Amino acid sequence: MKRAFPILAVLTAALLSYGLYAALIVAPTERTMGDVQRIFYYHVPSAWTAFTLFFLNLVASIVYLIRRNPKADALALAAAEVGVVFCTVVLVTGPIWARPVWGIWWTWDLRLTLTLVLWLIYVSYLMLRRFSSSGQTPVMAAVLAIFGALDVPLVYFSIWFFRTQHPQPVIGGGGSIDPRMWQVLMINWAAFSCFAGLVCWSRYHLEVVSREVEETQALESLLEAGSSR
Amino acid sequence: MSYLYAAYIATWAIHIAYLGYLLRRYARLRTEVEALKKKQ
Repeated sequence: MKRAFPILAVLTAALLSYGLYAALIVAPTERTMGDVQRIFYYHVPSAWTAFTLFFLNLVASIVYLIRRNPKADALALAAAEVGVVFCTVVLVTGPIWARPVWGIWWTWDLRLTLTLVLWLIYVSYLMLRRFSSSGQTPVMAAVLAIFGALDVPLVYFSIWFFRTQHPQPVIGGGGSIDPRMWQVLMINWAAFSCFAGLVCWSRYHLEVVSREVEETQALESLLEAGSSR
Repeated sequence: MSYLYAAYIATWAIHIAYLGYLLRRYARLRTEVEALKKKQ
């Protein structure tokens, strides 16, 4: 992975650049909302990427609870952290899109509120990881991750089962989309997924090496304390 | 158009800020690894 990383990074940068070009130039202008609708090409792929990362966090947390594998724990942490970054993008771009279209920045609509709750759950997960020094922290975090992941389907299906201010889904649920818009959406989703994959791998690698360094430092301290006696 | 640009700029500002945080942590880790190597 280390050798392929620069190549993958260049390919991802090219895909992101093309995604930006396609979103701003190639995609047709939506009739009702006009150009502001192009926020869709960043808002929706960011939400899907965040959901994927939270799902990865759930799988890694379950693996950790079953096998107590520290690498699964490190992967869960990396996925949650990058997922929070993407969820932050969703929560920032949503109100910027809502203001010119709905006339308001925010409303306590079910989809919006559940997305905010999802973000808060994973921020709490990261706070727990950051500030708890207990040896049981990874176990507590894995359990929290399982409960947190329950909010993901609630966020996704909230607009299927309840009447909300948020538009209907573009996949299933009776929603329809221009094929050119669909193509641009898919390009951006692929671009953001590749970007998230690379960032998540970097964060995972950082976590694994950090833990190794911490263990070595602890061992060094013990050896120093032993030799000074 | 200003809302569109604001959304795109905000997206990249968030990602760049996070990448900056990761780079800072990598730099700190590299310093720690070098310190450990010197000790050994």
